[in-house]
Amino acid sequence: MIARRLALLLCLYGLFSVAFLTVNARGNWDFVLWFRGTKLLGISLVAVAIAVATVLFQTLTHNRILTPSLMGFDALYALLQTVLVFTLGGFGFSQLSAQTSFFSSFTIMMVASLLLFGSLLGKSVDGRREDIHRLLLTGIIFGVLFRSFSSFLQRLIDPNDFVVAATSAMASFNSINADLLLVSSLMIAAALVATWRMRFDLDVMALGRDAAVNLGVHYKRQVYAMLVIIAALVSVSTALVGPVAFFGLLVSNLTYQLLPTHRHAILLPAASLLSACVLIGGQVVLEQVLNLSTPLSVIVEFLGGLTFLILILKGRNR
Amino acid sequence: MINIQSVSHSIQGQTILSDISLSLPKGKLSALIGPNGAGKSTLLSLIARLHALQHGVITVDGLDVSKTPSRTLARKLAILSQSNTLASRLTVRDLVSFGRFPHHNGRPGAEDKNKVDEAIAALGLGEIAHRFLDEISGGQRQKAFVAMAYAQDTDYLLLDEPLNNLDMKSARALMQTLHELSEQSGKTIVVVLHEINYAALYADWIVGLRDGKLIANGPTHDILTSETIETIFDFEAEIHQIGDQKLVMHYR
Amino acid sequence: MTKGWLIAIALLLTGIVASLFVGAIDLDMNSFSRSGEGLNLLVVSRIPRTLAVLLTGASLAVAGVIMQMIVANRFVEPMTAGAGSTAALGVLLISFLLPGASIFIKMACACVTSLLGTMVFLAMVRRLPPHQPLLVPLVGIAYGGVVSALVTFIAFQADLLQYLETWFLGEFSGILQGRYELLWLAGVLMLLAYVIADQFAILGLGQSVSVNLGLNYHQIVRLGLVIVSLISAVTVVTVGIIPFVGLVVPNIVSRWLGDNLRRTLPVTAMMGGGLVLLSDLVGRLVRHPFEIPAATIFGVLGALLFLWLLYFPPKSKGVACLRDKERAR
Repeated sequence: MIARRLALLLCLYGLFSVAFLTVNARGNWDFVLWFRGTKLLGISLVAVAIAVATVLFQTLTHNRILTPSLMGFDALYALLQTVLVFTLGGFGFSQLSAQTSFFSSFTIMMVASLLLFGSLLGKSVDGRREDIHRLLLTGIIFGVLFRSFSSFLQRLIDPNDFVVAATSAMASFNSINADLLLVSSLMIAAALVATWRMRFDLDVMALGRDAAVNLGVHYKRQVYAMLVIIAALVSVSTALVGPVAFFGLLVSNLTYQLLPTHRHAILLPAASLLSACVLIGGQVVLEQVLNLSTPLSVIVEFLGGLTFLILILKGRNR
Repeated sequence: MINIQSVSHSIQGQTILSDISLSLPKGKLSALIGPNGAGKSTLLSLIARLHALQHGVITVDGLDVSKTPSRTLARKLAILSQSNTLASRLTVRDLVSFGRFPHHNGRPGAEDKNKVDEAIAALGLGEIAHRFLDEISGGQRQKAFVAMAYAQDTDYLLLDEPLNNLDMKSARALMQTLHELSEQSGKTIVVVLHEINYAALYADWIVGLRDGKLIANGPTHDILTSETIETIFDFEAEIHQIGDQKLVMHYR
Repeated sequence: MTKGWLIAIALLLTGIVASLFVGAIDLDMNSFSRSGEGLNLLVVSRIPRTLAVLLTGASLAVAGVIMQMIVANRFVEPMTAGAGSTAALGVLLISFLLPGASIFIKMACACVTSLLGTMVFLAMVRRLPPHQPLLVPLVGIAYGGVVSALVTFIAFQADLLQYLETWFLGEFSGILQGRYELLWLAGVLMLLAYVIADQFAILGLGQSVSVNLGLNYHQIVRLGLVIVSLISAVTVVTVGIIPFVGLVVPNIVSRWLGDNLRRTLPVTAMMGGGLVLLSDLVGRLVRHPFEIPAATIFGVLGALLFLWLLYFPPKSKGVACLRDKERAR
């Protein structure tokens, strides 16, 4: 059954991709295919990044309603970008190539998330019981803090520089930063390889720290490795499209329902495919069929939030 | 007197109580006993109007609990519920003071203050009266809630498993306080108890429930027979007599 | 205690005076002697602005406490739990359907949607298991997110997107005489809340304790909901959304003084007003003569305060000792 559903997801992905490339295409095919092809690649990358990051994070925290973005990860990335503009000035910033700015943000992001979230999650690493309640609140407050602080900095910046810094508060799957596609692909590939190699450890880690340690997993090292991978994936997706709050939650929970298994070897690809299907299919329907001007991210947020509410109210997470 | 007439109750189609009729004597300490799921807490909540009555009538001192204004009842009876977890941060004294609310509606007078002091003293909470509830032990918190019910100063006092969380000394002290309250101040007290020997030693009257049905209802001495205990709890237990005191030997 | 009060009041007064004299136009003694220009500025702009800041901060903090008592959970506040965003939805809907609507009609519409929105939130919270308090703020955030997405969607379709920020980002630079008076309604609601503070405190003890004490539980909950949603609507319409005040301030006060609202509600109101005033002042000063919205500053300030509170809680033993000493005196 699981193999069939995975195959089905793969077919759907193929179907949506073809639709995405061809529906309503007019004019020069070379251009259309190239143009839409880059977009398709970008959206797929983001979809995979968000799905894997979310599943990893939920395994890490043993909780299916937490996501990196609920904990303020993507807000941190946006803040770092703003800090860069602020310290370098608009001119200095625009001198940086997209890759340099991405990499510097990513490096700081990795360090910062290891420091912040590593110390937060660190308690559970050392075996002391961490109050999940407080952890979550901290994350939410980090989110507010990072967002407020970046909008504060943005207003301190010279209005001309402000335009440069305006990493929009709203995610857009339409204006994917094409300069970063190559770097992002490489980075996601590396992250995926690393994740894939620890897939069996992940299955055990989902049982909780004590069980994992008991079964011989090098728990502490794996937690930090996961944090680094999550930081990388979130950096990529935020750099490409911007922050998306509930999408990861939507995708991960749909996956858990569609494929009732604990095996990450299945969960990770399934979540990635599902995520890509939702984004690409949604984009096709929205742009070509319904012809709506509202960005997909808004609709995805709406549906994601709604799914989340329904999940909680039906008591799936108790 | 608490009068219960043909009370039935069901929650989501599941029968919790079926056709209970009984009276609890005034000025006495009555114990509600029975296995888990017998409907003891539900019965207590119905008397205290925490749940709406579905069938039947309950009167307290002649006041129909489903018709009498809530504020009037709050001066007539107090209930201590089972779960007392609080989101609020209050000191012990704050909590006990809220017991006076039905009497003063937000404008406490000297008498209210005296009653609060009395309640705090009666439960031995003087030392920790200014501490916040989240800073003290579970047993102390339980006592604070009892003190709140005490301060409410009602003729009727209903307590749902008040001995939870209490160590042996505190449990004994609480039962003694309740006993004194009924003996000396003439209050009517109804307690849900799990340990039958507390009922044997302190209660004047025992009501036994099982699966929502009334099994036994009468003076303590009459109820404490091996047959009755077996029909209520579904195990055999010897009854021992020590002096004129009956005890149920149910530990083995 | 009295000493603490004196310091708090002195700080607040300093803030108020500063607020009267800080702004894009310099105000000094000279301008008073010249043709009443300064007085005019004071009456038309600075006094209304200062009052608006105080009323907003105080009433949002009070609304936060009431909301927390209603759901018996410390970690919710109206602005993030849907009351703010549903009020914004109301304003947006009426601007879309009836472009020339007066501020009172907008206000009425915002009140209605905010009340409905808060009721929906409460209905959801009632279905959550009581032993998992962390779900309540999560549901609040998700619900707020869903409503905000809806707001953005409507704004997109109606081509009103560029107004969203100017309408709903909480700031006080546009406050003038004649444009803030609705906020007095929030002030009145605050007083009402104080009059029945005990009953709200009892709500926080849960339904069975409330019923036991003879409280008309559902009536007080409804009254609380009305107060919370009216305060939210009034502030959203006049100054925009200032998140977090209703979360941070009540939590600080609660850690410090507890939840006996009769005693703490004035402190909560004062601290709410004071902190928002501080945010507004900082926003006016940092990049003088430009202004940074108070909501942005408060986001930073409030978040830091809250984190500090969460990780370095005041030593309760110390507080208890202090009180012992006081009692001994």
